[in-house]
Amino acid sequence: MARFPALIRRAAALAAVLALLPAPVLADAPRPEIPRGKGDKCVEPTEVMRRDHMKFILRHRDETMHRGIRTKKYSLAECINCHVPKAEDPARQVHVSSPKHFCSSCHTYAAVTVDCFECHSDVPQETGVAKEDLVVPVHGSAPALDLEQEAARMAQAGGGAE
Amino acid sequence: MSENRTTDNGRRQFLGGALALGGITVAPGVFLMNVAGAKPAHEAVTSDVRWGLLVDTTKCADGCDACVRACQAENGWGGPDSNEVRSSDDQKAQWIRKVHLRNKQTGSTHSLPLMCQHCEHPPCEDVCPTGASFRRADGIVLVDKHICIGCRYCMMACPYKARSFIHEDLHGQKVNAPRGKGTVESCTLCVHRVDNDREPACVEACAAEGRRALIFGDMKDPGSEISQRLKRLGVRQLRADLGLNPGVHYEGV
Amino acid sequence: MKYDTFREVEGSKGFWTVFALFAAMVAVGLGAAWYMEHQGHWVTGMNNQIVWGTPHVFAVFLIVAASGALNVASIASVFGRVPYKPLARLSGLLAIALLVGGLAVLVLDLGRPDRLIVAMTYYNFKSIFAWNIFLYTGFMAIVAFYLWTMMDFRMRDYNKAAGMFAFIWRLVLTTGTGSIFGFLVARELYDSALMAPMFITMSFSFGLAIFLLVLLGLYHGTGRPIGDKILMRLKNLLGIFVAAVLYFVVVFHLTNLYAAEHAGAERFALLDGGIYTQLFWWVQVGLGSVVPLVLLFHSGLGRRRSSIVLASILVIIGGLAQMYVIIIGGQAYPLNIFPGMEVTSSFNDGVVAAYSPSLPEVLLGLGGVGIALAAVMLGVRVLRFLPDSLEDAQVDPHHARTETGEAEAQPAG
Repeated sequence: MARFPALIRRAAALAAVLALLPAPVLADAPRPEIPRGKGDKCVEPTEVMRRDHMKFILRHRDETMHRGIRTKKYSLAECINCHVPKAEDPARQVHVSSPKHFCSSCHTYAAVTVDCFECHSDVPQETGVAKEDLVVPVHGSAPALDLEQEAARMAQAGGGAE
Repeated sequence: MSENRTTDNGRRQFLGGALALGGITVAPGVFLMNVAGAKPAHEAVTSDVRWGLLVDTTKCADGCDACVRACQAENGWGGPDSNEVRSSDDQKAQWIRKVHLRNKQTGSTHSLPLMCQHCEHPPCEDVCPTGASFRRADGIVLVDKHICIGCRYCMMACPYKARSFIHEDLHGQKVNAPRGKGTVESCTLCVHRVDNDREPACVEACAAEGRRALIFGDMKDPGSEISQRLKRLGVRQLRADLGLNPGVHYEGV
Repeated sequence: MKYDTFREVEGSKGFWTVFALFAAMVAVGLGAAWYMEHQGHWVTGMNNQIVWGTPHVFAVFLIVAASGALNVASIASVFGRVPYKPLARLSGLLAIALLVGGLAVLVLDLGRPDRLIVAMTYYNFKSIFAWNIFLYTGFMAIVAFYLWTMMDFRMRDYNKAAGMFAFIWRLVLTTGTGSIFGFLVARELYDSALMAPMFITMSFSFGLAIFLLVLLGLYHGTGRPIGDKILMRLKNLLGIFVAAVLYFVVVFHLTNLYAAEHAGAERFALLDGGIYTQLFWWVQVGLGSVVPLVLLFHSGLGRRRSSIVLASILVIIGGLAQMYVIIIGGQAYPLNIFPGMEVTSSFNDGVVAAYSPSLPEVLLGLGGVGIALAAVMLGVRVLRFLPDSLEDAQVDPHHARTETGEAEAQPAG
């Protein structure tokens, strides 16, 4: 019985040391090769997207599903359009099952399961949507503005932590 | 948010009314649809609109399945290249099916498509434990597959057998119609098209066949063709006795 | 009286052999569930018309039986029948175990069991399923507390209140289970308010049948004495419950028969429904109700233990058949979307749908039974659920009073 507290103390000390180590020291494994997307930059700064992409996608998912808001920014289909190159030969198309796919390149590395592509297309497809909504108008309704603000807030938080 | 909505509504009703007037004058038989629902992509749908469908069974031909094929092509289910390769016929998705009727008394026959009836009081929504089955403000009944746990209680509750359960892993889904193993799905009234001012694929296909047995539109807009047609004698809802007030109506049966 | 000489059972070789058997059932059931989830439900007999199959037959049966298994405890504390008191602990344990077994089957048959957390975090409060999530988890908590008041001397003051609360809760719970079907207006063989009381009587009957088998199995298996007095009381009760279920079945069908609109559905259920009609008359009514009634109430047969065991087994088989007929037969009969019309389509409109159980479905269902029984065995092994003896002298208060005069000192609840 008396050994328990000692064990816990030792485990806590080890955890603290590990937490203080800079990440590269632990990650001796090769880093993932992340394919570049089209265009100059993503809808948010890379650091923000790295940390919080799922928050944007989840939020947009619910807005689209339940309220019919179909802006392109943060839309999963647009992520795929930009980040997954469309192969001319369908047989050579990169799918999420391949480590070269944009999403799996990182998710495999981080060992985080993606539950998007059980249902969603993992390759670019024509959405049939003609509208250009990547830029949300300033006079847009509340939810669109919320997303903008959220992005700004996250950018700040993310920048502070780096 | 509610303030926003009311001002938007005022503007849109005005626009809708003006455009609807224009729509009627374009040409006989050619309507500008969905004008009242023409909304910018960043605006939420509202209950100022209720989408509905009228099936004119007198124009629906026995043996024609253009609507079914169009739905399959649009939403990526069923058909000869179905991505449900292991499921039996009874296990494969059936978003829309052609039904053949014969009156037991008179022997008269009818043919009609049957799909999700987009009820105002959908039993599937009532029974869904997680709220994955829901009715959008504009009357379209959908499954939020992100929170569907695959309990299939909605399928037990639906009086029209309009829902399907995915029995296997799928590949090659359409970008506009995500579908996957272990969740329930049904006709979405082509919500991705409706939100972009287009008609459902089945309606378009029926018109392309030259039949126009399917009329789609906003039932809350008194000027819309569907609103006018719903006033006619012999238009009814299926299982109207259940009081669900479906958005799909049938004429001539 | 020696009510308080409850003792853990010995972990004999025989005990662990039986336990290993149930554990193997659990393992096989989990394997079947994994196979079904990994492949998708195409490997089952289920389809888009019969959406709830054999796993639901087992799951609903176990859940209904769970609330019924608590009855013995309720009779002791709520209705103050002292002879049942030594059995109350086992009754509570069996109730929780059966519920866990049934729920496990239900959850493992979901299309997305990995999203159980979604079911726990998103609620649609209009859904009977969502109510049931609270009714089931609440039941386990309440019965666990109830057991605590029975097993901890310091908690005895709360026993009566806990027993009453658990009894009311279990009635609500079974009402909820029956209403899963009773509220489905679109299906002719479900839509009936009678489903709720019928499910309550079914719970009495199935729960007691399982309780009797478990009780006899444990006492015979561990060599503890059990007298006829308590068995005779329990078997008479079982007979009354079986008759009550039969009564509700008759009223249910009579009501439907009187309405012309249900003539087709009743014809299907009672006359030409193939396997469902056969199961109804031969297994549910014949083997599962009439034969047990004869076995239990016949002046000669009714006094034999073998009759009680056989009757209990038949009640369970009949109960499973009844669940099969209600759940699967109710879905097989076509929906009447177009009254007065003959209907044909690419999707079984106007046709009785086909369903045959697949092996993984059956194994998953049996896995749930395994979970319940293995849990009971573990429970009686590690905690004091079973009295050392259930001999007549221990059970019958009159016996006890004449021998020791202590009965009055024992609180009834």
